[in-house]
Amino acid sequence: MELQLAIVAGVLYAAGLYLMMRRQLVQLIIGLGLITNGTNVLIFTSGGLTRTNPPVIPEEMPETLEPFADPVPQALILTAIVIGFGVLAFSLVLAHRVHKASGSDDVRGAS
Amino acid sequence: MSSSILRTAARVLMPLLVLFAVFLLVRGHNDPGGGFVAGLVIAVAFVLLMFADGVEAARRSLPVSPWHLLGSGLLVALTAGLMPVFVGRPFLTALWAHLGPERWDVLVGTPLLFDIGVCFVVVGVVLTMTFSLVED
Amino acid sequence: MTTLILATLALAPLAAWLGGRSAKVATLLALWPLGLTVWFASALRILLQGGVVTDHVAWIPSLGLNLSFRLDGLSAVFALMITGIGTLIVVYGAHYLDGHPERGRFQASLFAFMAAMLGVVLTDNLFTLFVFWELTGFTSFLLIGFDHEKESSRRAATQALIVTGAGGLALLAAAVLISQVTGTLTIPELLSDRGLLTNHASYLPIVVLVLLAAFTKSAQFPFHFWLPGAMAAPTPVSAYLHSATMVKAGVYLVARLTPVLGGTLLWELPLVIIGGLTMLGGAYRAVQETDLKRVLAYSTVSALGTLFLLLGLGSEAAFTAAIVYLVAHACYKGALFQVAGVVDHATGTRDIRRLAGLRALLPQTSLAGLLAAASMVGLPLTIGFVAKELVYEAGLKYALSPFALVPAVVVGSALLGVCGLLAGFGPFFTPGAPPEGSHRASAGLWFGPLTLAVLGLLFGSAPGLTSGVFSLAASAVAGRSVEAHLALWHGLGLPLGLSALTLLLVALLYRARKLVRARAWPRSLGFERGFTGFLRIMDFISGRIGPPLQESSLASYALTFVLSAGTLVGVGYYLTAERVSLDGLLDVRAYELAISGLIILGAIGAVRARTTMTAVLCLGTSGYGVALTFLLFGAPDLAMTQFAAETLTAVIFVFVFWQFPRVDQASARLVKLRDAIIACGCGVLVTLLALDSATLPTTRRLSDFYAEAAPSLAHGRNIVNVILVDFRAFDTLGEITVLVTAAVGVVALLRIAAAERQGG
Repeated sequence: MELQLAIVAGVLYAAGLYLMMRRQLVQLIIGLGLITNGTNVLIFTSGGLTRTNPPVIPEEMPETLEPFADPVPQALILTAIVIGFGVLAFSLVLAHRVHKASGSDDVRGAS
Repeated sequence: MSSSILRTAARVLMPLLVLFAVFLLVRGHNDPGGGFVAGLVIAVAFVLLMFADGVEAARRSLPVSPWHLLGSGLLVALTAGLMPVFVGRPFLTALWAHLGPERWDVLVGTPLLFDIGVCFVVVGVVLTMTFSLVED
Repeated sequence: MTTLILATLALAPLAAWLGGRSAKVATLLALWPLGLTVWFASALRILLQGGVVTDHVAWIPSLGLNLSFRLDGLSAVFALMITGIGTLIVVYGAHYLDGHPERGRFQASLFAFMAAMLGVVLTDNLFTLFVFWELTGFTSFLLIGFDHEKESSRRAATQALIVTGAGGLALLAAAVLISQVTGTLTIPELLSDRGLLTNHASYLPIVVLVLLAAFTKSAQFPFHFWLPGAMAAPTPVSAYLHSATMVKAGVYLVARLTPVLGGTLLWELPLVIIGGLTMLGGAYRAVQETDLKRVLAYSTVSALGTLFLLLGLGSEAAFTAAIVYLVAHACYKGALFQVAGVVDHATGTRDIRRLAGLRALLPQTSLAGLLAAASMVGLPLTIGFVAKELVYEAGLKYALSPFALVPAVVVGSALLGVCGLLAGFGPFFTPGAPPEGSHRASAGLWFGPLTLAVLGLLFGSAPGLTSGVFSLAASAVAGRSVEAHLALWHGLGLPLGLSALTLLLVALLYRARKLVRARAWPRSLGFERGFTGFLRIMDFISGRIGPPLQESSLASYALTFVLSAGTLVGVGYYLTAERVSLDGLLDVRAYELAISGLIILGAIGAVRARTTMTAVLCLGTSGYGVALTFLLFGAPDLAMTQFAAETLTAVIFVFVFWQFPRVDQASARLVKLRDAIIACGCGVLVTLLALDSATLPTTRRLSDFYAEAAPSLAHGRNIVNVILVDFRAFDTLGEITVLVTAAVGVVALLRIAAAERQGG
């Protein structure tokens, strides 16, 4: 299962980077979104995967805990998702402004 | 962009979503949920309303302006962090207190307050952005 | 002491406000440095009883960053010079710049500089010293460039900043090396194990770096040129920074580290050679100058050389001589700079060929000049005399080669004496008429120089007053107890004979001053030209390299960035990676494969999309796929957040992008191919990295700790949420602040747009 998610992360990165090297702001921002998702999957996979048990401790604490998913990468990713959303929204508005000001969203000349 | 089905659905869904968000927020410390998710769900609810009835209606149904929500959220989180300072503990140390009668003992702590602040900020951020984009 | 330093810095805005009022009001500002002087002077009592004043404030204890200050004899001498002369300069500056529209800025920069300089001499941590060291450089940049409308001012300020800033970097490197060797950066701890450093392989680079820092800051050959250039500063700045304080920071550094690094030939020989060369060269250049301030600037360069020379001699006598010379120099040179300023203020010129007969016009100033010049020449009863005797004594005791050293010191002293006469005696007592339009000077102008000059006389005629403090300072340099024997009369001996010879030489040379000036050769060795040439070459190179890298196209920046980051990571991976075994990674279920396929399809769809809406939909699809993945692998919190965030992203996309619906796939085929290859390469790399770290045997100590502590310490069972709002709540606080900032940014951008539309 790690292999398949590693490939997913790789594809998200490849597609995101390819789009970021295009000339239009639209593509650049969509690329940014893909890379955000790719990064989250990358961190998620790196921490090791566990099916089923979330990192929530049952109400009656058992003698030995069942194996559960690693909470540390999850905390990181949770933050990253929201921050990623903020960054994406901000760059969208920036693109919107560039488009309005220059009448084009070609990034050649937008430095 | 609005149809009568969407409008009806939004009006029914909106309060349910907000209720669900409050549920997520309160139970977040022990079960999946928490301030971030709750904030996003509330934001989705109001965005839905905005799609259905327009920005003005969405703004009106929100008791405070998202702009104020932004600042007050940060302030609430900061207050949660500063409360322990006043009793001589380091910044952001969690304080807990038992409230209520013995049978329905409720454990309340500053982390919940902090989570509420986070929730406010998230709602404020999303709605500030979308509302002003749409109004632009 | 922490409070005092920080308060000085915090007072800078007040100084800007008060300093901008009339000269009388601005004079009130001097109360603060005066109070500091009294504080440090009263602390001397503790020091003389054998104590040390320390102050320790934990700044960021978890990072081991502390603000700790320590006042010993050496620090006290410097601190008293900084605050005492600072008091006089505040008064002097208030009157000198009276009516100048920017005078408030001057006082503010002066206060900031004073705080930084106090930090340098009081801190007991090398890293903090570096921070304050750079702060002095930065504030002096502001002060030298005070007249920032003038191109020459700006150039001089930049030059000083670059030269001393480069030295600061050397100091940082030295501090890093020292901490690597010894494991500490606090000076008292360094003192306790000094053999460790001198016998270590890194000793040579440490010495080179420390000396480089000291030589650049204190304007030693071949970095001396910035100091005469810095004379573009208003005279109060020159009198403060370039005679008594900042330029002596290098001397302080060397003195401070002598007990740690000194005692070896490697440390002492460069000090003696460079110090000696600078002493002679500076004095030689000084007598050729005709601008009053440049005469003083070169003579300061020379005096700093003498100080390094003395520190390099390494004997107790030499250390004592260095401390006394330091104070003597601060007294007379600080006074003479201010005198030069008064003369400039009153006559409008600083050309010593035109200045004459000012005694009647400026009686108090001429007295100050006369006393300071007497001290600089080395007449008995002045502290200059005491210092010179001690210098000769130390020179005669130099074991390596007193016969080469002593004549050099005598010649240097004689030339410096001539400078003293040129600046303090000539303008007032040369027969002749003052330049046209000269006017008198107010009391606020002559008060400072006269006080300093009288202090020089006082210290010289009552040496018992200061010998205790000087002993303490010399002991701090030597690293063991040193008794300074200061006396009016050192007895008939070789030093006295040399002093007499010096006086004779001064008299002869001063009489022949025009001849000396005319016959001078060479005028300049061209280091300043070398420096500007070097800067020009750098400009040329960056002019060539810059444009190709900055071709003002976002796509090419992205390409450069992706390519270089990918290459770096790839090389790192290639060098360190072990073979990944795929055992246990291939356990796949059909529905998981389907979801992964959905994400991949979404990503590919986003790349190939022709319309914006398609691309947004594809992005959303892959985002929902990621959310489902989170759900499958035990992360319901992430799944919910991802669903909500993805939905909102799509909404915002739609609102922005309905305006530009087309996706232009206009790039050339070859360009697309190139980008695709690079992107795929990076993608493969990411996959490999993910596999690599997923299969690494990682400990779950942190996670287990959180699992253990969440219910018991934090009363929560959802570990992720507990981490976010309790264990790492500070990070979360930072994060929501970032979110708020992003929202404020969005609103600001849109409001600007609205305003433009209305305005346009």
